[in-house]
Amino acid sequence: MHDRKPYLELKQISKRYGGVAALTGVDFSVYPGEIQAVLGENGAGKSTLIKIASGVTDPTEGEVLVEGKPVRFRSPTEAMRAGVVCVFQELSLLPEMTVADNLSIIDPPKWLGLIDAKGQRERARALLKRVGCEDVHPLELVRDLPLSRRQMVEIAKALGRNPRILILDEATSALTADDVERVYGIIRDLKASGVGILYVSHRMREIEALADTATVFRNGRKIETFTKGARSVDAIIEMMIGREVTHQYPEKPDPSTDKPVALAAANLAWGREIQDISFNLRKGEIVGLGGLDGQGQRELLLALFGVLRGVSGTVAVDGKPLLLDGPRRAMHAPLPMALIPEDRKTEGLMLPMSVRDNMTLAALPHLAGRFGVDRDKENAAVQSMVDRLRVKTPDMLAPVSALSGGNQQKVVLAKWLMTEPGIILLNDPTRGIDVGTKQEIYRLMRELANQGAAILFYSTDYAELIGCCDRVLVIYGGRIRRELAGETLNERSLLQSALNVDATEQAA
Amino acid sequence: MTTTGTRRSALSNWRFWFAHNSGVLTAAALFVAMFTLYISNHSAGLTPAVATTAANKAVLLALVAMAQTLPVLTRGLDLSVGMVFVMANCIASVIVVGTVGEGLLGILAVLAIGALAGFINGAIVVWGRLQPIITTLATGAVYYGISLFVRPGPGGDVQSDIADFLTGQLFDTVPAALVVLLFVVLVVWIPYRRSVLGRAAYAVGSNEQAAYMSGVPVQRAKLLAYTLAGLLASVAGLMLTFNTYSGEASAPIAGSYTLNSIAAVVIGGTSLFGGWGSAIGSIFGAFVLRTIEDLLFVFDLPPLWQPLFQGVVLLIAVSLGALRILRVRNRLELFS
Repeated sequence: MHDRKPYLELKQISKRYGGVAALTGVDFSVYPGEIQAVLGENGAGKSTLIKIASGVTDPTEGEVLVEGKPVRFRSPTEAMRAGVVCVFQELSLLPEMTVADNLSIIDPPKWLGLIDAKGQRERARALLKRVGCEDVHPLELVRDLPLSRRQMVEIAKALGRNPRILILDEATSALTADDVERVYGIIRDLKASGVGILYVSHRMREIEALADTATVFRNGRKIETFTKGARSVDAIIEMMIGREVTHQYPEKPDPSTDKPVALAAANLAWGREIQDISFNLRKGEIVGLGGLDGQGQRELLLALFGVLRGVSGTVAVDGKPLLLDGPRRAMHAPLPMALIPEDRKTEGLMLPMSVRDNMTLAALPHLAGRFGVDRDKENAAVQSMVDRLRVKTPDMLAPVSALSGGNQQKVVLAKWLMTEPGIILLNDPTRGIDVGTKQEIYRLMRELANQGAAILFYSTDYAELIGCCDRVLVIYGGRIRRELAGETLNERSLLQSALNVDATEQAA
Repeated sequence: MTTTGTRRSALSNWRFWFAHNSGVLTAAALFVAMFTLYISNHSAGLTPAVATTAANKAVLLALVAMAQTLPVLTRGLDLSVGMVFVMANCIASVIVVGTVGEGLLGILAVLAIGALAGFINGAIVVWGRLQPIITTLATGAVYYGISLFVRPGPGGDVQSDIADFLTGQLFDTVPAALVVLLFVVLVVWIPYRRSVLGRAAYAVGSNEQAAYMSGVPVQRAKLLAYTLAGLLASVAGLMLTFNTYSGEASAPIAGSYTLNSIAAVVIGGTSLFGGWGSAIGSIFGAFVLRTIEDLLFVFDLPPLWQPLFQGVVLLIAVSLGALRILRVRNRLELFS
């Protein structure tokens, strides 16, 4: 099928982070003038692949070849020099600098050895015109641009580097429909001029519209590369799911709707990220938040906990309206709320402080004696938590930084359980921790629910959502796309609605 | 049609120029207002002698503040600028002596030592991966130790022809110290600002990760920023020697210049979070701080009030910079 040689080739690439394998024995190539889509679930290894191809990380094993010659990219700069340019999902623009500065950041036009500001401005104007952003002034600061324009500037920046291989990682996620069309046009032009394009997207429609070939990844392995049209959407989804190691999940109680509502959200909205979200969360219920990563789930949890400013809509806890003006208010709601944050290192723990101090930080008012904190009461409470969650720590005075990831996460959980919350918001609590600890967390969640807590659980792991939750709300583009429960709560329908290609929409 | 288009774009270029330089312009306007107030209440008015006295004092802090600006732009800090300043002063009082030729050689040696001190700071920050604050706190102590070693008690001398020339007046009107400052701006700051490495410093301060991802030479940018900071601090040290004709390893001078340099940087509109600002702003920031002292003098207020007024000016400058908090949507951003 390919009469030419690949421009970029990865041979038997593996990448391990600590003990966790992100990629295993992957062979992968991109040809000039081809648009190749890369597909896979969250954590399938797509981002690791891109990071290796663009010089952000080194592979643990294997070889990277450019035009048949082995290379070793030690930095993104070296990859760019070799013609491999990446448009990153997390924007690589410099917010405090002008658009013109950003577009020519490494090799600006020069005059007598110094940056030629005028030449740079003209270059910026030409590049902006190429991506149809004539409305952006070259001297505007990037931080003043809306997200959709920034993404276009990011694309213009990549074009300015004359790529031979252009990698687009979810590059259209924030774009308007017009811009998406324009980006399609640019991609087709590049293809015509012989540039190879690696296109990572979760939107099946985009892939159908653009790609020549597609490669599916799952659990860090390449499953198959096929030409467009060779596989149906259903077959592709099947490939993405595969057969997974099943976890042992605690038994779910019989579904019943007569439990009292713990939290009622109505018409919540915040910027682009949350749009008109309404739902009820009942006592004793575990409700999952599903969907692709970054569709507004994290923001929804932060909004409920009062961290976001300017959220519209109403939230009622135990029937009483809750003012969304900060974590303290949420913690003292009629049913106290707790948020287990996503990044335990920055938002959940004080790493140098002891296990005891971390655990009791949020619950100190409960432990107050006549003169400050009652040490005996505190030690007893901490000891009972350490036993209950089986936290493996040499001593309750050991610094949290000395614990393993799973045990650190248990400390975060313990910290919030100490406050005896009635509503627990969990933000991907099992990311990056071992299977054993995961199962203990599942068991604990069910135990808490059985004791009457209402749990809202966001996870990027679909199997986990299916195994743990009574219901799952699938979020897409900031809206509740679908609610899955009982029979319909399975991997296929979850992935279909997450990708926005489910039956309901196809019928419409 | 084309002309209107060009004119409109030229106009909007100006609009952006004002927006980018609003901090510098504010500091400059503040200085002009304060200096006018000072001169109009001065018994002699604006004579070359009055201007020269003011310039000789102000240029010292202006140079140290310029030095401080460079690491700050990379989101660092240099607590050793005051000590490098004093070290240069002490060394200059030993080696910038003899004939004019020997004096000039001595000057070059002092500049090289200053740049080396800055390079050591940068090397520790870049390769040792230590935090700039603690690194420069430690090296600052070392540099002060060297100053004491070179000049245990106040004293020494300096080549007086060079000293008189650089602290006097050009054509009997323009303070020579101001010309030195202008020379430093034209030869060091402007080329730096418009070089790839200088802009890399802004990129690093703006978002180090994004800068790395974009292929910006992060390490070289930081090294150069600290090295130039050492160089500029030693220029200030030389000027101090030319003013006093002697060297003194004074801990209070070193400390107060370090702290005042940070204040001048902030008043000049440079963000302590890096990536935003200009050494020109720091010059005006330094001038503002110095003029406070002069104002207290002409209004016969006790000099003891000086720290209080400096503090108030600094607070106002910082508050202007904090206005961004009003726009924050995610409360977590307040802490980042």
